[in-house]
Amino acid sequence: MLGHVSLLDFLSVGRQVAGHKPWPRFQLDLPGWRAFEDRLSAADWVLMAEWAEPGEVHALFRDDENGDIAVVSHPCVNQRFVGLGKRRPGAIRMERAIHDLYGLAPQGLADQRAWLDHGRWQVKHPLGSPRTYEDGPHRYRFREALGDGLHQIPVGPVHAGIIEPGHFRFHAQGETVVRLEERLGYVHKGVEGVVQGKSLAEAMRVVGRVSGDSTVAYALATAHAAEAALAVEVPPRARYLRALMAELERIANHLGDIGAICNDAAFVIMLSHLSVLREKVLRANATCFGHRLLMDRIVPGGVAADLEPPCRAALGKMLHEVGKDFRRAMALYEETPSLLDRTTGTGIVTGALVHRFGAGGFVGRASSRGHDARKTPGYPPYDDLDFTIPVRAEGDVHSRVLIRAEEVRESLRLIEQILTHMPTGAIAVEVPVGAGEGIGIVEGFRGEIVVSLKLSEAGKVVRLHPHDPSWFQWPLLEAAIEGNIVADFPIINKSFNCSYSGHDL
Amino acid sequence: MIPPISHLFARHLLKGPHTVKAPEPSPDGLAELADEFAAQARGRLGRSLAIREVDAGSCNGCELELHAVNNPVYDLERFGIKFVASPRHADVLLVTGPVTHNMVEALRRTWEATPAPKWVVALGDCGRDGGCFAGSYAVAGGVSAVLPVDLHIPGCPPAPQDILAGLLALLRHVEGK
Repeated sequence: MLGHVSLLDFLSVGRQVAGHKPWPRFQLDLPGWRAFEDRLSAADWVLMAEWAEPGEVHALFRDDENGDIAVVSHPCVNQRFVGLGKRRPGAIRMERAIHDLYGLAPQGLADQRAWLDHGRWQVKHPLGSPRTYEDGPHRYRFREALGDGLHQIPVGPVHAGIIEPGHFRFHAQGETVVRLEERLGYVHKGVEGVVQGKSLAEAMRVVGRVSGDSTVAYALATAHAAEAALAVEVPPRARYLRALMAELERIANHLGDIGAICNDAAFVIMLSHLSVLREKVLRANATCFGHRLLMDRIVPGGVAADLEPPCRAALGKMLHEVGKDFRRAMALYEETPSLLDRTTGTGIVTGALVHRFGAGGFVGRASSRGHDARKTPGYPPYDDLDFTIPVRAEGDVHSRVLIRAEEVRESLRLIEQILTHMPTGAIAVEVPVGAGEGIGIVEGFRGEIVVSLKLSEAGKVVRLHPHDPSWFQWPLLEAAIEGNIVADFPIINKSFNCSYSGHDL
Repeated sequence: MIPPISHLFARHLLKGPHTVKAPEPSPDGLAELADEFAAQARGRLGRSLAIREVDAGSCNGCELELHAVNNPVYDLERFGIKFVASPRHADVLLVTGPVTHNMVEALRRTWEATPAPKWVVALGDCGRDGGCFAGSYAVAGGVSAVLPVDLHIPGCPPAPQDILAGLLALLRHVEGK
């Protein structure tokens, strides 16, 4: 009876929702959802995102056996649903957030504390059936570690550097961290509520600001979702320009972060050197496409800015120089023992944990999980391009640095190919106004970004959920710090560089 | 073998620094500044300004450009302007983002911890009025919804040149020139 059943076979008992593109969506009733939750204990189905709308939860799964992808939906009975957190720990915080925002209560979840809701919105369940709330801020009950000589260190939400706000509660024994617990949600802006009822163009502007460092990836995922929903075929040149922008974004972020990681080990010259390289990339972005971070350059149907021939030549030359300088910088990194001493063996995440949480990006790839959305499910033009996904097994700060360095080199190679094979033709097509439902899955620099979009007949956003890869990486940071010293937290944190804004929504 | 670090040093010796020329202080910024603090500030601050950055809800785009202002190309510190770790060391609070309700108290307490005379600079379009997040149940509004704002640097996000120009305007104002 426990024979092999694929994800799609299993879901075929449910009701398939018509018009959900490019992957199917199935609605499961209560027994179906229960059976599904039960099945997760044995099946190789990876949770990619979980979100909600009033009265219904949705989860995106991929069958690791055959690569099939499907959305599993469950119309809740009495505003409750069986939580998936027991089987997929990555779901826990998302389900807590679903409860905060939509009032749908996850059953069977050990952790029922509010997550994004700090008791400061003057409203409870703002996106479900809102009711006013005037009791003042919640008191958050951090998990306690008890024992001789243990002390707590509260950090944040306002940190010492130019970084986003969040609270970290350390339990330490002397210098050694016994437990770290994160409390996030400080930059919750209510993105899902803001985009509701907006036109696609207005929503694009907001989605491009879910996490500023991944603006290209978010815009691309949303564009993919909209184009799938409305059956729009994007011209080949636009595909290539999008990939060019996405790789430029990846390079710029990795350059800045590798420098910042070394800076947290007090090796400032790497930051100086790499931030000059980053600046060169951002300036080229501004010259070629009109925005340093490439915000609002990707639109449904194509791109908003073309690459003129002189820019194309200059871009190729600039990246060649950046590549050379980057090699010099990484030689410096790899031949500085005092720096390697700080990064090697620090902040280890095991492969088992990465797989359990389904964490992607360089966090996953540094701990032997080699998933990359550009390969699986894949999207054009990457199927025409030659690139490899670097994977390492050590899972420490050092291997996360090396993975990112390798990704910079791969992206530089990708851009070379993109510039060489760039097709001619239109850069955008008209997007019709109409109803539809779609999903976009894109590899941002942190990992897999998922956008789920539902449009009304009038072309307005009914539901839009952007999922940040940080949801699956933040919890691993708590594991990575365990047993390390407090002073190594900044470097470990930076080697993850999770998005606060993308997570808090 | 020549160690890799000497390659970097040699290049910089031969090619000179990456740093660009300073922009003119932003005229809009100067006009926008209130001058009530000018007299007392001149004596106390000299030609230096300590800034505490507070992200009160930003998408982190503004933070990226603030990092850029500190890189060797723009090199903010050559003007005596420095980002500090504690509000107690700060003359200026530089606030980004639409202020989220979840950050209102933290922002207010950071401001209270900053010794007078102090200035508040709102950075970015969201800092003015909440930007594209205005009206959300989770957003209190722009920075001025919580703190008195002395200067606003527009942009989404403002380019490093614009941030420099705005901060130089503030510096000139503080010096009382």
